[in-house]
Amino acid sequence: MKKVYGSAQEALDGLLFDGMFIAAGGFGLCGIPELLLAAIKDAGTKDLTFASNNAGVDDFGIGILLQTRQVKKMISSYVGENAEFMRQYLSGELELEFNPQGTLAERMRAGGCGIPGFYTKTGVGTVIADGKEHKDFNGQTYILEHGIFADLSIVKAWKADETGNLVFRKTARNFNPPAAMCGKVCVVEVEEIVPTGSLDPDTIHLPGIYVHRIIQGQHEKRIEQRTTRKRETV
Amino acid sequence: MPWDRNQMAARAAEELQDGWYVNLGIGIPTLVANYVGDKDITLQSENGMLGMGPFPFEGDEDPDLINAGKQTITELKRTAYFDSATSFGMIRGGKIAAAILGAMEVAENGDLANWMIPGKLVKGMGGAMDLVAGVGRVIVVMDHTNKHGESKVLKSCTLPLTGKGVVDRIITNLGVLDVVEGGLRIVECAEGVTEAELRAATEATIV
Repeated sequence: MKKVYGSAQEALDGLLFDGMFIAAGGFGLCGIPELLLAAIKDAGTKDLTFASNNAGVDDFGIGILLQTRQVKKMISSYVGENAEFMRQYLSGELELEFNPQGTLAERMRAGGCGIPGFYTKTGVGTVIADGKEHKDFNGQTYILEHGIFADLSIVKAWKADETGNLVFRKTARNFNPPAAMCGKVCVVEVEEIVPTGSLDPDTIHLPGIYVHRIIQGQHEKRIEQRTTRKRETV
Repeated sequence: MPWDRNQMAARAAEELQDGWYVNLGIGIPTLVANYVGDKDITLQSENGMLGMGPFPFEGDEDPDLINAGKQTITELKRTAYFDSATSFGMIRGGKIAAAILGAMEVAENGDLANWMIPGKLVKGMGGAMDLVAGVGRVIVVMDHTNKHGESKVLKSCTLPLTGKGVVDRIITNLGVLDVVEGGLRIVECAEGVTEAELRAATEATIV
């Protein structure tokens, strides 16, 4: 089966529809599927729900889809870096479901593993627990959280082979594997597609069974908070 | 004189024990890394890294290598990377010995509020709710009072909670307090701060 596509637009062909639910990888601007997000903007698909840890910044990442009002709802743990997001949310134009970061990651992982629900201590006694089933195990209280089953996963990896085996790089891995797992279809953008057989099978982070379409492209890889220290002069 | 940010961070670093895996929050907690000395401490960054190193030298920044505050960082020889589900698996699973976090309010029963001011500030809890629910020991580092001079160490929190009954120890610019049965117990006062001053600045019950 051919998984390699020529462009983000081609790779998304036939997969997008208004009102769909998309799981996206990335943490802040690190490891975000920037090419696929740009292609979704160009496609003009509306009323999107995103499960994504963050919402990008005003002019990069999911932020570009907020500017064009293509997003109906965000399921995120932290949206502090995006002024347009805050404006739309506070004015009631955008729905927001805050999930604790680990709960969001586990919801994606669980969905991808066929687990519709799991119990966690995270959020017990907070607004996050409101309306959720509570259950005690060994004298401790837990709440029920649901697995995420998305229509589409969009993910950024470092390298893929032609069968979709993926290798990520450093902290750009973050939400990408769980996001990849929880969609009906998973489209991945990588910096390099290498010939099948050239990746060491022992070092593959996510096997190609989760990956349906792959594109290679140039990534901006913007840095959100550039922090450095001075070189000591000897 | 109350402690300054660096003195609070240095005091918090004394809490860490050799061999611990630790998560440091944003702000003053980040400074704790500067004061661990010879102790063998491995820092976790919940976006998927154990063995977080210092900021890179200018020109060495890598967009694929950031901490949970989205700052560029470096790796160490011991570094391991993993995905977010694995990262919070080790947090939820109790493998992280301690988290040092900032706070807006702490209550005498250990309740913590540090993620939301209703109608004002919408940022999100990030990984804070998972951390306080999962790690072995939760240590809060914050100023004792807000900018209006009101106590942030309260009988009960007024802001939405991050966790209920989760805080073990509070380190402020005025001293160190433990959450115990019935209220807070003074562990020590900052140098030059009297117990009377610490009590006067604290709304919570001190036992």
